[in-house]
Amino acid sequence: MIHQHRSHIYGVVGEFESERELLRAAEKTRDAGYRRIDAYAPFPVEGLSEAMGLGNNRVALLTLIGGLCGGLGGFGFEYWCNVISYPLNIGGRPLNSWPAFIPVTFELTVLGASLFAVFGMLALNGLPQPHHPLFNVERFAKHATTDRFFLCIEARDHKFDLADSARFLESIGAHHISEVRDD
Amino acid sequence: MSAGDPPLNSPQIRRLSPVIEPGHTYATVTDKISAIVLTRPASLGWLAGFTLTFAIVMLLTVALAWLIIKGVGIWGINIPIGWGFAIVNFVWWIGIGHAGTLISAILFLLNQKWRTSINRFAEAMTLFAVACAGIFPLIHTGRPWMAYYMFPYPSTMGLWPQFRSPLIWDVFAVSTYGTVSLLFWFVGLIPDLATLRDRAVTKPKQIIYGMLALGWRGSARHWHRYQTAYLLLAGLATPLVLSVHTVVSFDFSIAIVPGWHTTIFPPYFVAGAIYSGFAMVLTIAIPLRKAYDLQDFITMRHLENMAKVMLATGLIVAYGYFFEFFLSKYSGNKFDVFLVEQRLHGPYRHFYFALILCNILTPQLLWFQKIRTNVPMLFVMSIIINIGMWLERFVIVVISLTRDFMPSAWGRYSATFWDYATFAGTLGLFTMLLFLFVRVLPAISIAEMRELVAHTSEEGHE
Repeated sequence: MIHQHRSHIYGVVGEFESERELLRAAEKTRDAGYRRIDAYAPFPVEGLSEAMGLGNNRVALLTLIGGLCGGLGGFGFEYWCNVISYPLNIGGRPLNSWPAFIPVTFELTVLGASLFAVFGMLALNGLPQPHHPLFNVERFAKHATTDRFFLCIEARDHKFDLADSARFLESIGAHHISEVRDD
Repeated sequence: MSAGDPPLNSPQIRRLSPVIEPGHTYATVTDKISAIVLTRPASLGWLAGFTLTFAIVMLLTVALAWLIIKGVGIWGINIPIGWGFAIVNFVWWIGIGHAGTLISAILFLLNQKWRTSINRFAEAMTLFAVACAGIFPLIHTGRPWMAYYMFPYPSTMGLWPQFRSPLIWDVFAVSTYGTVSLLFWFVGLIPDLATLRDRAVTKPKQIIYGMLALGWRGSARHWHRYQTAYLLLAGLATPLVLSVHTVVSFDFSIAIVPGWHTTIFPPYFVAGAIYSGFAMVLTIAIPLRKAYDLQDFITMRHLENMAKVMLATGLIVAYGYFFEFFLSKYSGNKFDVFLVEQRLHGPYRHFYFALILCNILTPQLLWFQKIRTNVPMLFVMSIIINIGMWLERFVIVVISLTRDFMPSAWGRYSATFWDYATFAGTLGLFTMLLFLFVRVLPAISIAEMRELVAHTSEEGHE
C-alpha cells in the first residue's frame, strides 16, 4: 500500500531535543545503512558533517577559481587598456608599469573570490528554493530554525519504507515522528 | 585543580565576565533578539530618534541638491586647498567601517567568542559608514553625474581609466569593499532571516523575510557549505580591509606634498581606521544594549575588550604620529621640517593640539580597569576618539595643502555652512539607517548566539 503513494512522500522526519542527540542519531542512521538522510539544526553543529559522512564540498575550489578569474582577468584587462587599447605616456614610465596595476588586481581577486564563494555556496545548496516538502511539517516549520533538531530519512533511499523507517527513528530516540508529504 | 591553586571565587583570580549571561537556552535567545524586530512596538524614544535623524537626512538632501545646482563653490575649498571637508569626511567614514570587518572577519579567524554578539551590528555599521563615505568622493568631483567615467566601460570615445592613478585604485578598493561587506553581512543574515520567517505572524513579514531567507532550512549539507563559504569570506575580507585603507592612504602618500609623501601612511592609516571604528562600535553598542535590554548579550566583557583594542590601536597611532614627527626632523628636508613646525605653531595648531589631546592623551585612561568598566566614561571616551580621528584627517588634508612648497601658493581654509550641513547630513543618514536596522533585522546574530549557548552549556556539563 505504501509503495503506491511513494511518489507523494518525501520522507519521514523525527525530532530531537539537543544537538548531542542529533549527532548520535545521525551516526546510528548511517550505521543502519541509510544514505539519503539529512539533519536539520538551527545552528551549525560541530561534528555533524563528519557524522553524516559529508566529504569535501566544492565551495573552496569555486572560490579559488573565482579568485583566479578576478586576478588574471583584472590584470589582463588593465594591461589591455593601458598598454594596447589606449597607450599613454605618463612621466616616461613603461606602458606596462605593472606595480601600479597591482592594487586593482588585488581588489578584483578578492571580489571574484568572494562572489564565487557566496553564489557558489548558494548554487550548490540549491538556494533560493522558496518551498520544500519539509515546510509542510508543522513542527518543522515552527521549530527547525529556533530550538529543535530534526533528522529526515528521504524516500529516495533504497532502504526507505515508511513504517520501518519511522519505527527506526523511534528506536533511536526521535519523537514527533511524521511523514513528509510532497504535495 | 591542584591543591595549591586558590579557589575560583577568591579575589586573587579576577574572573572574566561571561560573553553571555548564564541561564539562556536556544529558545530564549531567539525570543529575546527576534522580539525586537517582530513583536516589540516602536518605542517613543525610537520614534523621536528616527524623526530627528530623518530631518537631518532632509538637510543632507538640501545640501546635495544645492551643491548640484551651484557647484563646489558653495564649499570652503579654494586653490590651493582643493580637498576640504569632502576628503576629510570620506577618510573618516571609511575608517569607521573598518572595525566592522575587523570584528566579523579577523576575530572570527582568531576564534574569539566575544565577537558573536557585536559582529552583526558592527557589520551593519560598516555598510552604512561605507555608504556615507561613498557620497563624498562622488560629490567632490564637481560633476557627480559624470562619475561613471571612473569605471571601465566601453565608451564611444575609446577612453579607458588610467590604472596607474591612486584615485582609480580608490574606486576599485571602495567598491569592492562595499560589495564584499554586503555579501558577508547577507550570508551571516540568511539563517536569522529564516528564523524571522518562521516566527513572523503577519503575512507581509512572512513573505518579505521568506524571500530574503532564500528558503534556508538549516540542512546539515547546507551548513557544511555555508561554513566553508563563511570562513573563506572571512579569510578574504581580512586582507581586503587592510588593503582598503592602504589604498586610501596612497591617495596621499603617492603625491609629493609635504606631510603626505611618507611610507608610514599605510599601516598608520589602517591602525587609525580600526581605532576610530572600535570607538564608533562602542558609541553604538552602549545605547543599544541599554535601549533594548541586551546587557545579557553585550556584556561588560565586550565593552572591556573593545576598550583594550582601542588602547592598543591608539598606541599604534601615537607611534605613527611620533614617527611622522621624527622622520620629518631627521630627514632634514626643509619642507618636511617646515610642515612639522606649521602643525605645532601654524594657524591650525589648535586642531593639532586637540588631536593630540583626543587621540593620544585621553585614551591613556584606558589602562585602568576602573575606567574600562565604567560605561558612561567609555561612551564619552568613544566620542572623544571619534572627534580625534576626524581632526587627524583634517590636520593631514588641510595643513599640508595650506603650506605647499612656495609661499606664493599658501592659503587658508575654512568650512562654510554647506560643508557642515553635508557632514552633519551624513551623520544623520548613518544614524537613521541604524535606527531602521535595529527595527527590521536582528541586531545580534541569533544563530551564532545559539551556538554560543550550546558551547557554554557543554562547558557547564564538564
